Amino acid sequence: MSEQQHIQLAEESLAKQSTTLNLGPTHPATHGVFQNIMEIDGERVLSTEPTIGYIHRAFEKIAERRPYYQVTPLTDRLNYCSAPINNMGWHMTIEKLIGIQTPKRVDYMRVIIMELARIADHLICNSVVAVDTGALTGFTYVFQWRELIYEIYEEVCGSRLTTNIGRVGGFERNFTQVAWEKINKFMDGFPKVMREFEALLNRNRIFMERCIDAGPISAERALNYSFTGPNLRAAGVDYDVRVAQPYSSYQDFDFKIPVGTTGDVYDRYMVRNDEIWESYKIIEQALQKIAALEKEDPAQKHVFYAPESDKYHLPPKEDVYTKMEALIYHFKMIMGEIAVPAGEVYHGVEGANGEVGYYLISDGGRTPYRLHFRRPCFIYYQAYPEIVAGGLLSDAIITLSSLNVIAGELDA
Amino acid sequence: MKLTNRAVNINRDPMTFGEKIYIPAIAKGLSITVGHIFKKKATVQYPEEKRPFSPVFRGLHVLNRDEEGRERCTACGLCALACPAEAITMEAAERKAGEEKLYREEKYAAKYEINMLRCIFCGLCEEACPKDAVYLSETVMPTNYTRSSFIYKKDDLLIPHPHKQESK
Repeated sequence: MSEQQHIQLAEESLAKQSTTLNLGPTHPATHGVFQNIMEIDGERVLSTEPTIGYIHRAFEKIAERRPYYQVTPLTDRLNYCSAPINNMGWHMTIEKLIGIQTPKRVDYMRVIIMELARIADHLICNSVVAVDTGALTGFTYVFQWRELIYEIYEEVCGSRLTTNIGRVGGFERNFTQVAWEKINKFMDGFPKVMREFEALLNRNRIFMERCIDAGPISAERALNYSFTGPNLRAAGVDYDVRVAQPYSSYQDFDFKIPVGTTGDVYDRYMVRNDEIWESYKIIEQALQKIAALEKEDPAQKHVFYAPESDKYHLPPKEDVYTKMEALIYHFKMIMGEIAVPAGEVYHGVEGANGEVGYYLISDGGRTPYRLHFRRPCFIYYQAYPEIVAGGLLSDAIITLSSLNVIAGELDA
Repeated sequence: MKLTNRAVNINRDPMTFGEKIYIPAIAKGLSITVGHIFKKKATVQYPEEKRPFSPVFRGLHVLNRDEEGRERCTACGLCALACPAEAITMEAAERKAGEEKLYREEKYAAKYEINMLRCIFCGLCEEACPKDAVYLSETVMPTNYTRSSFIYKKDDLLIPHPHKQESK
């Protein structure tokens, strides 16, 4: 018989009245690799220590060795729930650096894709908040429509999640007839589905009582943390990059900015919910504007990239196969030997989660000299311990999902 | 804080009596879910039934041949250069006399490998190819058990010879 072993616990560990709980990194309720070392007293969260870096891939460093067009696949993997917004933001950053003015039709096509991406992202976030509060049903209904959005991406760029959509100056190809049909199908069917989803949750007593006053943040604290996007708007500040610094002709569109008052889970949910409707209205307007452009000048139908971006946009494949000059240019561009001016540029777009910014320093070489991604989730996650402290553990879970912290965006 | 004149407040009204007693909400929720039972199924029975892909879908790579069955690839290396994941390796060789029926150009890829474990299916190789040789097909990549089986050699990537197929 072996001698009885005593576990030697440290003195302070025995004296401690609270429990240390390791939430994550692979907890099913955290929706991503987030580790939180929580100090809890019963059900109440005393303090949280979040850990980051679980999927750090050093994108900013990788980008320093990649020609500009090869950085686009890296931006896919930031917020992978709305990859097209990141892609377009990156293209617009380069366009800003080299000074390309995109045609209106390209702008509106971009707006359609970006707003579809925003709807898809908000659908995920809102339905996941519902799942975390115990309502799985709505999630399955709206996901069919997210699927349709992904099919639209697939028609345009060929991929669903990591899209690599668009090129500097516009798109890689014009929208096909099928793509337009799918967009119209989405526009026809989506309001009904969305109203159904709203009927399940928005004024449901269980959902409201579960979400109201859970995980609030004041406007002042949110601004101090430099929150942006829906999470700041839920706290009551109507800051939207689309209105503050319009890009891609957002100034032509008429839309409202939904704002909350207390910045709790319910406000964040409702802001996203109303933003889906605003995005829907924007797409509607964009479709009308494109139709008007094409009616005015039928040649507009074939405009899918800026004509002055010829130096940066790959020549059409038929020319590459037959014309020597186009072939030479094609080689030059793929090898990354295109002249990009030296300079420093920042471009922010209203991502689904907040302001996605690209701070690019170019020394005129074939690769970025330095590139920084401003990722909103990185900022939200820093505020997370403050938001959840003093609340219940179950509130901490829905706070994390309603802040919509995406692991890919947390660690670039 | 007001920065624009576009802000609208969200609906945060206190619950009405009807919402508080919760019974209508149960009925409403149940009617939605029951209604969905009779709707068309959103899923497809995957292995038997397949969802159509778009013609531009970025799936498994294919090395193309021309109408006469010659390999189109001229081993220029643009696909390897354009690959952000550095998944493509190739070795070029010069075409010898008598091999005109095998290779379209004077130079061809003696070795062509795509490491599918590295590949991110971004489609930049297809875009870079000046000879219409490599393209991404509409099939998804099959799974396998060993790491080495994911390194696709030229024989795995080349499409079947058009004339040899006819003779079968």
